Amino acid sequence: MTVDRISLTDFLAALGTPAARHEPWPRFELSVEGWTGLRDRLAAVPAWSLLGLWGETGMVHLALRDDTDGDIAVASLTCPQQSFPSLSGVRPAAKRLERAIQDLTGLAADGLDDPRPWLDHDRWRLRHPLAAVPGAPLGEPAPYPFLPSDGEGLHQIPVGPVHAGIIEPGHFRFTCQGETVVRLEERLGYVHKGVERLMKGRLPEEAARLAGRLSGDSSVAHTLAFCLAVEAALGVTAPRRAQLVRAVMAELERIANHVNDIGAIANDGGFAFLLAECAVLREQVMRTNERCFGHRFLMDRVVPGGIAVDLKQEGRQALADLLPVFAKRFRKLVSIYDAKSSLLDRTVGTGVVSSDLAHRFGAGGYVGRASSRGLDARRMPGYAPYDELDFQVPVLPEGDVNARVWIRIREVEQSLDLIAQILKRLESGPGRAFLPESHAVSEGMALVEGFRGEILAWVRISDGGRIERAHSRDPSWFQWPLLEAAIEGNIVADFPLCNKSFNCSYSGHDL
Amino acid sequence: MFGIIARNLLKGSRSEAVSEPGDRAVQDLLAKLHAAARRRLGRSLAIRQVDAGSCNACELEIQALSNPLYDLERLGLSFVASPRHADVLLVTGPVTANMREGLLKTWEATPDPKWVVALGQCAIDGHLFADSYAVVGGVSQVLPVDLVIPGCPPRPADILAGLLALIEAEGRPQAGVAASTAGADKG
Repeated sequence: MTVDRISLTDFLAALGTPAARHEPWPRFELSVEGWTGLRDRLAAVPAWSLLGLWGETGMVHLALRDDTDGDIAVASLTCPQQSFPSLSGVRPAAKRLERAIQDLTGLAADGLDDPRPWLDHDRWRLRHPLAAVPGAPLGEPAPYPFLPSDGEGLHQIPVGPVHAGIIEPGHFRFTCQGETVVRLEERLGYVHKGVERLMKGRLPEEAARLAGRLSGDSSVAHTLAFCLAVEAALGVTAPRRAQLVRAVMAELERIANHVNDIGAIANDGGFAFLLAECAVLREQVMRTNERCFGHRFLMDRVVPGGIAVDLKQEGRQALADLLPVFAKRFRKLVSIYDAKSSLLDRTVGTGVVSSDLAHRFGAGGYVGRASSRGLDARRMPGYAPYDELDFQVPVLPEGDVNARVWIRIREVEQSLDLIAQILKRLESGPGRAFLPESHAVSEGMALVEGFRGEILAWVRISDGGRIERAHSRDPSWFQWPLLEAAIEGNIVADFPLCNKSFNCSYSGHDL
Repeated sequence: MFGIIARNLLKGSRSEAVSEPGDRAVQDLLAKLHAAARRRLGRSLAIRQVDAGSCNACELEIQALSNPLYDLERLGLSFVASPRHADVLLVTGPVTANMREGLLKTWEATPDPKWVVALGQCAIDGHLFADSYAVVGGVSQVLPVDLVIPGCPPRPADILAGLLALIEAEGRPQAGVAASTAGADKG
């Protein structure tokens, strides 16, 4: 297939009109013809990957990135007919996002081949909560029709929403033939809390607290993405010290989650020793978080304009105490994992995600990077202070549970090194810039690399300085569908292993 | 691996005890919880955790109680997989509209007598999510609540203190439908 080279931004600029204040990347308002033209173009240019697709009253927005050159732009469509042409035919990850848009805004995705609601289980007090005039719920919730599987000797295993472990709720419907999984279908939305509507009308400081609770394990990353979007909209840059301290927090969060996952994956492979040892390492990071910043999850420490709590001498000491000991112990645990053939027997070749699927769904984080999709928002588009730091983005081609473990291992090592680099650069200075009190209506967007992968945050701020519309797209949106593919042909007993190696967020996805 | 196991054996348990330096408050709590669990429960309390809408931070702190530093199970308190095995439902999150039925069914599947503990600020009153169209509110909007453990999220030490209070409490656990406790109501 040959396609003439025209950049994403130039292509959209030729199709639509630029929005007045959208930072740092442009947004273009398209006609329906422009939108369908873009859809056709997306079919021809697979490198233009989906970053996000969200709706608001009478309008949908599509964020794209050219993965080859990093060009980013947003396309928007006003929907006077209360509908928009579906993109699910050209970007499969758009399917659930469009179902969510239909549930939240009442706008219909024309051509979407799955009519079932996604987040709306017909239990909310309102229908279409983001529409101009929300409706009343339909009434008695109907049973959810799962996709059929036909064949001899097939049986179904329903799991959830209440799971057997201490984890989040969601429903998995397995269709099996003997031990082998023929199809897995997920049903999510159980922990939908209506965050996007709650953010409406709030001051950025208040909404940031909500962003920090979209997915508790990614509190720093989600808050940072939200704050960077607010700062982009308002033309504010956080002071250098705040940028560096934010990065320390983000890397501590990454380490704590990755080390926890490595232990939990080993445990689901029947090797409890690593769980115990990794859980101790995690606990030490959490206690260090508390010593440094006064909160184990670092919630509400990143705020619009900078940081709420600075790293003091005692915190630097706590980090100096932690890092070398952690690195030494972690190295030992890694060599144990690498030498434990009975455990590797479970993780190698299990739950394979092909590189093609990872690219088609735009999966980021360890799910993408273990399947040859080597993108990292800290590199592309990049944000301070990572542009001046030295780090590697690990990429593996195998796509199995083992590869997802190794990506995490390498990232923990990188994060430990990053913190050391940041601490060397830390100079005294202000920790927070003030947000302007009055400002024209403006929009901002940010991409931040959380431990799971890229988080997209988008905001529109009114001239009164309040949030008009905010949207956060958790990395899990592009990873949950791949779990359905990863488990196919594996045995039911390997599902916990596969699921843990993805560790998708329910809350971050359900919003 | 055997080196680490041998060292752990020689150095003694890594779990925090009164004799070891560390967080004094946590050690005191663990000692008290140990004594109370032995006295009142014969070291047997089965806890079933239910996430009714949490952001997952509360789950991670409950999980932390099983790490070797806290090692809750050595005190006779264990997390069980089925509500049918449980004495306590430990509920997190603002109860979402989409999880209300799941929570109720889990409670119904738990044999009497049983306790309900609302863990975290969301489970107490809905916290930041209280006004949402998709949220029912605190756990007491749906179930009779015996005890609340505040915090966003409560730290493992806070959860230990809460569980201790539950075991030390004079009242017998709830049987069947009961009125919700004061203080756990919304607002």
